[in-house]
Amino acid sequence: MGAAHSASEEMRELEGKTGFSSDQIEQLHRRFKQLSGDQPTIRKENFNNVPDLELNPIRSKIVRAFFDNRNLRKGSSGLADEINFEDFLTIMSYFRPIDITLGEEQVEQCRKEKLRFLFHMYDSDSDGRITLEEYRNVVEELLSGNPHIEKESARSIADGAMMEAASVCVGQMEPDQVYEGITFEDFLKIWQGIDIETKMHVRFLNMETIALCH
Amino acid sequence: MGRLGVPGPSWRPLLRRLLLPCTLALVLGGLPRVGALEEDPSEGFQVVTFKWHHVQDPYIIALWILVASLAKIVFHLSHKVTSVVPESALLIVLGLVLGGIVWAADHIASFTLTPTVFFFYLLPPIVLDAGYFMPNRLFFGNLGTILLYAVIGTIWNAATTGLSLYGVFLSGLMGELKLGLLDFLLFGSLIAAVDPVAVLAVFEEVHVNEVLFIIVFGESLLNDAVTVVLYDVFESFVTLGGDKVTGVDCVKGVVSFFVVSLGGTLVGVIFAFLLSLVTRFTKHVRIIEPGFVFVISYLSYLTSEMLSLSAILAITFCGICCQKYVKANISEQSATTVRYTMKMLASGAETIIFMFLGISAVNPLIWKWNTAFVLLTLVFISVYRAIGIVLQTWILNRYRMVQLETIDQVVMSYGGLRGAVAYALVVLLDGNKVKEKNLFVSTTIIVVFFTVIFQGLTIKPLVQWLKVKRSEQREPKLNEKLHGRAFDHILSAIEDISGQIGHNYLRDKWSNFDRKFLSKVLMRRSAQKSRDRILNVFHELNLKDAISYVAEGERRGSLAFIRSPSTDNMVNVDFSTPRPSTVEASVSYLLRENVSAVCLDMQSLEQRRKSIRDTEDIVTHHTLQQYLYKPRQEYKHLYSRHELTPSENEKQDKEIFHRTMRKRLESFKSAKLGINHNKKAAKLYKRERAQKRRNSSVPNGKLPLEIPAHNFTIKEKDLELSDHEEAPAYEEEETSGGIEFLASVTKDVVSDSGAGIDNPVFSPDEDLDPSILSRVPPWLSPGETVVPSQRARVQIPHSPSNFRRLTPLRLSNKSVDSFLQADGPEERSHAVFPESTHM
Repeated sequence: MGAAHSASEEMRELEGKTGFSSDQIEQLHRRFKQLSGDQPTIRKENFNNVPDLELNPIRSKIVRAFFDNRNLRKGSSGLADEINFEDFLTIMSYFRPIDITLGEEQVEQCRKEKLRFLFHMYDSDSDGRITLEEYRNVVEELLSGNPHIEKESARSIADGAMMEAASVCVGQMEPDQVYEGITFEDFLKIWQGIDIETKMHVRFLNMETIALCH
Repeated sequence: MGRLGVPGPSWRPLLRRLLLPCTLALVLGGLPRVGALEEDPSEGFQVVTFKWHHVQDPYIIALWILVASLAKIVFHLSHKVTSVVPESALLIVLGLVLGGIVWAADHIASFTLTPTVFFFYLLPPIVLDAGYFMPNRLFFGNLGTILLYAVIGTIWNAATTGLSLYGVFLSGLMGELKLGLLDFLLFGSLIAAVDPVAVLAVFEEVHVNEVLFIIVFGESLLNDAVTVVLYDVFESFVTLGGDKVTGVDCVKGVVSFFVVSLGGTLVGVIFAFLLSLVTRFTKHVRIIEPGFVFVISYLSYLTSEMLSLSAILAITFCGICCQKYVKANISEQSATTVRYTMKMLASGAETIIFMFLGISAVNPLIWKWNTAFVLLTLVFISVYRAIGIVLQTWILNRYRMVQLETIDQVVMSYGGLRGAVAYALVVLLDGNKVKEKNLFVSTTIIVVFFTVIFQGLTIKPLVQWLKVKRSEQREPKLNEKLHGRAFDHILSAIEDISGQIGHNYLRDKWSNFDRKFLSKVLMRRSAQKSRDRILNVFHELNLKDAISYVAEGERRGSLAFIRSPSTDNMVNVDFSTPRPSTVEASVSYLLRENVSAVCLDMQSLEQRRKSIRDTEDIVTHHTLQQYLYKPRQEYKHLYSRHELTPSENEKQDKEIFHRTMRKRLESFKSAKLGINHNKKAAKLYKRERAQKRRNSSVPNGKLPLEIPAHNFTIKEKDLELSDHEEAPAYEEEETSGGIEFLASVTKDVVSDSGAGIDNPVFSPDEDLDPSILSRVPPWLSPGETVVPSQRARVQIPHSPSNFRRLTPLRLSNKSVDSFLQADGPEERSHAVFPESTHM
């Protein structure tokens, strides 16, 4: 769509919105065009062209996340049919390293954003809760890479994880109390104290290293 | 490593050193015996002879090891001391004292740390331990950083220290010394390298965060290749004489660096491959399985030593590469054996090294003091290390995702400890060529002592004062693992989508390759299944739940937990790991993965084990004291060198446990599995449960004989209600009150824990009956649906009939097998009749 090539104003706008540098945006734009086949938007089918993605057990979830309105900050539910370059950048910006020089509050904010992305991926029906069904679904997909693990074990692992989550979030429960699912608050609780600095960052968006790779 | 087989004549004294003790020992050992025969042939046969010389050498070695180990015990008597002073420092001081005593008595320094002993026997276990328990992901994630520090950093340290000392020497501050530029560079190269032994010893007590730890520690391991090459090059240059060194030699030096480092690594990888392949086929020789790990790793060390490559690199990479496959292949017990043997050897070697460093220092013959030289060396190595770190970090931080901050840099600079490697290298020098060898030796000793004692003492307060991010020992969480896995996949997908090659991309490709090819070749088929980390964590958590569940019962004094810990585990392990061989894994399996993940720390390993250990002990005592079967049992002492057959005792334990287990399973089975979903059963269950509530008000911990009689009868009635002829029959035939009691109490706890330990988590609209989860004891609930536990499930109906066929006396011999073996085709047919479990 030529955003990067047109007026530098547009570029600056993108930089401000997503936090990428102009080099990075240009690089990503090149990739975007490559994926879309020089179209202004990307559709789901375009991701099929990425050969390396094929082996990824949760690729459908990931691709879906690209079109999720919640991630695109366009609504509270539903999927977009196609995304433009700005949306593409928005998704990518979830993976920018946290800038530690920022204030504590902003770092926390950043962290929350990243976790929200993951949360949305789990919560496929956008009801703000990861139910057991949804969790099982994810775990099954995660473990589908290993042909030796059967569905049943995946399920019981999900069950176990759910119980763990319940015990972390609610503590001791009454026998008749029911834990309906992980809300985002609970999700944050689970992640409390876990360092995600190295986990949710993609280093390659830093163009200096890219230059070395190519 | 080339330093032992240095080209040129320098290896010859070493050889002599190596052979001398042998011949001495032979002479000493052989002569007295001959002499004894010749001296008094008239006295005839002597009943007792005193042959000190005969055993002298091994005896002394064993004594020293004993002293060192005892010293360790003494150090740890006072927690205060060890928490302030690092053990390595204490050992050095002890060595100094002992050396002093020996010197005072003997006036000969008979015991010194010789390079041969150090490089051949003491260093390999430590490095192997480091490699085998290396947190691989962390290591490879930071490999670039580590390599930069290890290669550039070490060269920088060597060059600057050597040149600066030479500069000062030229200024005349050191007085008259018979040294040239090359000598200084040689000294610089041997004093430059950070020592893995010292770093490990000190850093394991200072729990800095894992990134910092892996960088310092990785550097100390990988800089070996640089040290070897620099040392060899300069030594040969010194031998050649300064004026004859040509440019070609320098180029050769650079080339040899690549050959030595890459060659060493390659040797390590090849042996790792061999080792993994061998352990794949050791199924029938379990008892020597752990031996392979040590022997083949050690061979990798010796091989690369023989080829004058970097032996440390070889054995490090052997450990790093084989760990995944070996741990998957060998049995539970072997894994435990390997882990403890390795820790024991490493810890022992470390102890001996530090103690002998102390002892070696007490020898006036090696001391030559030159204040300027010694002090300046200390200043230069500290200052240049700090400068080097700052410069390199500045470069690195432009590329690193997790920045190394100033505090980290301070700790890294301060953690540059020198140790026994430097000492051994300096002792290796040829006094004929290096005229001031003694000065070098003295200085090295001072440097080592200074860094280990002074820096080791102060690094802990420093870390605390600087508020360096500490590592936290956290329990593995299933959620964390799952999310972590999700992140891995997301990141690699994002890299794929944006079309760039980053860490995640490489890791993803590697793990694909590993799964497709390597694992298939190097892992047992059964192991391939269970290798998923998530499954492992899941399994661990299950085990832990089981243990806490048992502990809970213990606390309440319930007799339901009369059984050996090994049996306890046996069932658990067997339920959730598809490894039939892991019959009696020890409790410590639970810790295995944890420990191997990040913890290279021997002390904390012990501490973490402790809590579980207590439980284990209590359980064992119970078993021993109140064992119900005992009177009938015949003890047979079977000795087999090749197999550790479970003793009768254990079998009986298992027998009892199986029965309690069976009942326990049944008690919630009707609700849980939905197989036997008639209302009657459900009702029955409720009644049972209510009864159990009442039962549980009975004070626990009573002996079987004291059970109120009505309890017992109610139980019987219940069983009869359960519409099933087989079980009661079995019951009558079998029961001694104790077993019955066992069973009922077990159920008790089951229903109790339903409300207490466990959480009823799931909403009722799930397809799984929610009530199940509330009733199942936590250690069973998730495991229940895991593949192997299913097997166990279908087997249960199988067992009663099995038992009935056996006379009570013979029961014990059959029990284990009936559970383990009935896995075959029968399983299906029995699964059809799950009701039969109701008894």
